[in-house]
Amino acid sequence: MRQLDSSIMANRCQLYGLVTLRVLIGWHFLYEGISKIINPYWSSAAYLLDSKWIFSGLAKTIVSNPNLLGISDFVNMWALTLVGASLLLGLFSRYSALVGMGFVILYFLFAPPFLGLEYSRPGEGSYIIVNKNLIEACALWVLYAFPTGHLIGLDRLLTKSESN
Amino acid sequence: MSENSNQQNNDMKRRELLKGLATVPVLGLFLVNLWQKIRRDTLKKSNILANLVQEKSAPAVVKGLSDSRHLNIGIIGYGGRGSHLIRGAGFATKGWTDTVSENARKNKLDKQFATFMSQEDLNCSLVGVCDLFDVNAELAMNASQNEVRPGVKPQATATRYRHYTELLANDNIDAVVVATPDHWHSRIAIDAAKAGKHVYCEKGLTRTFDEAIDLYDTVKKTGITFQLGHQNRQVEANEKAKQIIDQGLLGPINLVEIATNRNSPWGAWVWGIHPKGNKKTIDWDTFQEPSPNKVPFGEEALKRFFRWRCWFDYGTGLSGDLLSHDFDAINQMMEIGIPKYASSTGGIYFYKDGRDVPDVWNATFEYPDKDLTLLYSATLSSNNPRGNRIMGHDASMQMGGQSGGGSVHGFIVTADSESTQYKDRLNSGIINTRYPIYTYSPGSKQIDGVTSATSRYFANKGLLYTYREGKRVDPTHLHIKDWLDSIRDGSQPKCNIEVAFHEAVACHMATESYLQGRRIEWDPVNRKLI
Repeated sequence: MRQLDSSIMANRCQLYGLVTLRVLIGWHFLYEGISKIINPYWSSAAYLLDSKWIFSGLAKTIVSNPNLLGISDFVNMWALTLVGASLLLGLFSRYSALVGMGFVILYFLFAPPFLGLEYSRPGEGSYIIVNKNLIEACALWVLYAFPTGHLIGLDRLLTKSESN
Repeated sequence: MSENSNQQNNDMKRRELLKGLATVPVLGLFLVNLWQKIRRDTLKKSNILANLVQEKSAPAVVKGLSDSRHLNIGIIGYGGRGSHLIRGAGFATKGWTDTVSENARKNKLDKQFATFMSQEDLNCSLVGVCDLFDVNAELAMNASQNEVRPGVKPQATATRYRHYTELLANDNIDAVVVATPDHWHSRIAIDAAKAGKHVYCEKGLTRTFDEAIDLYDTVKKTGITFQLGHQNRQVEANEKAKQIIDQGLLGPINLVEIATNRNSPWGAWVWGIHPKGNKKTIDWDTFQEPSPNKVPFGEEALKRFFRWRCWFDYGTGLSGDLLSHDFDAINQMMEIGIPKYASSTGGIYFYKDGRDVPDVWNATFEYPDKDLTLLYSATLSSNNPRGNRIMGHDASMQMGGQSGGGSVHGFIVTADSESTQYKDRLNSGIINTRYPIYTYSPGSKQIDGVTSATSRYFANKGLLYTYREGKRVDPTHLHIKDWLDSIRDGSQPKCNIEVAFHEAVACHMATESYLQGRRIEWDPVNRKLI
């Protein structure tokens, strides 16, 4: 990682670009999470009910079981919030990038925009195979591969205090 | 030197700290925006309908009376609808419980079986069965014996009666469900009332206007508990809609549009002719006894027996079957009562299969004293989901969108751009006519003053069930329960003879207008159509 760090450090443009990407994705996750926490009527049921492809069976199992649905709702709202805060502040952001990537890949796989799959929910864009979930997942992969929290972010204070 | 290095050290530390905390202000910015967003949403809600949501909840499922007195019921007419009503009372055939439990096993989202089994035990027995078709009568007997049911095992099993008068002669029967074709409703219900039985009668109330008058008078005279089969009276959405309308949130309402949109042979009453239906299994002579035109038993008679809604001899077509539901739903929400005038036109434009009831039919009802027109439009050859619309000066309510039935499952309220009541809030942008100011979509946890395109979509999607305290319930079960509870405590059920009479007169006015080709006026003093 040292080598990568020095190359990033050497190119401010790269560093600031990666930090900006991290902060923006963090912001997005944080609001997605908080908006679900503060809305007492939010449920993952609607999204799951419309699931197609390989996870549609699992989605139906979750929706038909109130306990599983409750867990799914809880995990989603709090994971999104914590991953968001972590990326935004640069605290343990390398791990949260990985966790966030996992979640977004799941969202993609539960409802992929593949040919022949029709969704009853109105879409907010036009997609074929690639959608914004897939792109965000890849962006989180980049953030995992090029961590910046220990350069600009709270991770920097943690690593410094450890080395002291 | 040491001062310099200290200075450098401090600078380093400060730089470290700055780099560590560099993105914290972004979190601050986020929180400020979040705070503003929450405040704005709260303001929107409080400005719109926030109080309404909590104000009145629908009645609970359990009224606590069902265990007080055991009631013996009889069913007269165990066809498609009759069997559903008896399921609502807690009795289903073994064939039905086997099929739906298998469906539930195959598809976890199929809740039909679970919903049936979680019905309240209404503490009643099905003891009498009467149907002119042997197959149906046997199915009803089977339902009375099936132990797969909500609550305890059946306490008694049913006896079959060939003629409804024999069933009514059984003194052990407290109440009867009348689910025959419409041409038998008034005679059976009147005889039942005279025999002291409480009556649940399917809609439309009667086949003719005169029959409605006779039935109304008999029910009033005998004092029995009468319930008409408009289960929409139990639908939570209708009660919410009523609260909104009662509070004047739509402003003055001058036009209401209700609609039927169906596009299948089944929807047009071209129902299957049972392979076991023949001269031996069907009591055809009794069936057609009250009808104006008599047909000898044969192919035509079989069609008429199984597809009776297609002929004025046995019913009133769209009027008694579908207008009646939607009319009653509007009467439930707005208490409009009987109109002053009705006129209707239509024709047989798609199903030229020998029927004499129209398949495209439009009716208008005028309420001069309420400054209101009610417009009904029906087609049996298009599924275009028009839904029902209550159009106010300040806001409009769009309900449902599914074909048939008056059970409104969800609705949205949208402000009018020229509204007087909401003028200031429209100008300040708190209310936007592009988005609903109120959305009610049962079961999807979407009761929310601030809505998105997604929740709007769900509001328009019909659901088969209604909800009580978040629990899914079949409104037909609630309607039967409401009737039995009312019998026990002497109260009036929700679709009692008064509102049933409104429905009957309004529908008959429209039917007569079509048949006579002129506008029909209601004379409330002499109780006549002029």
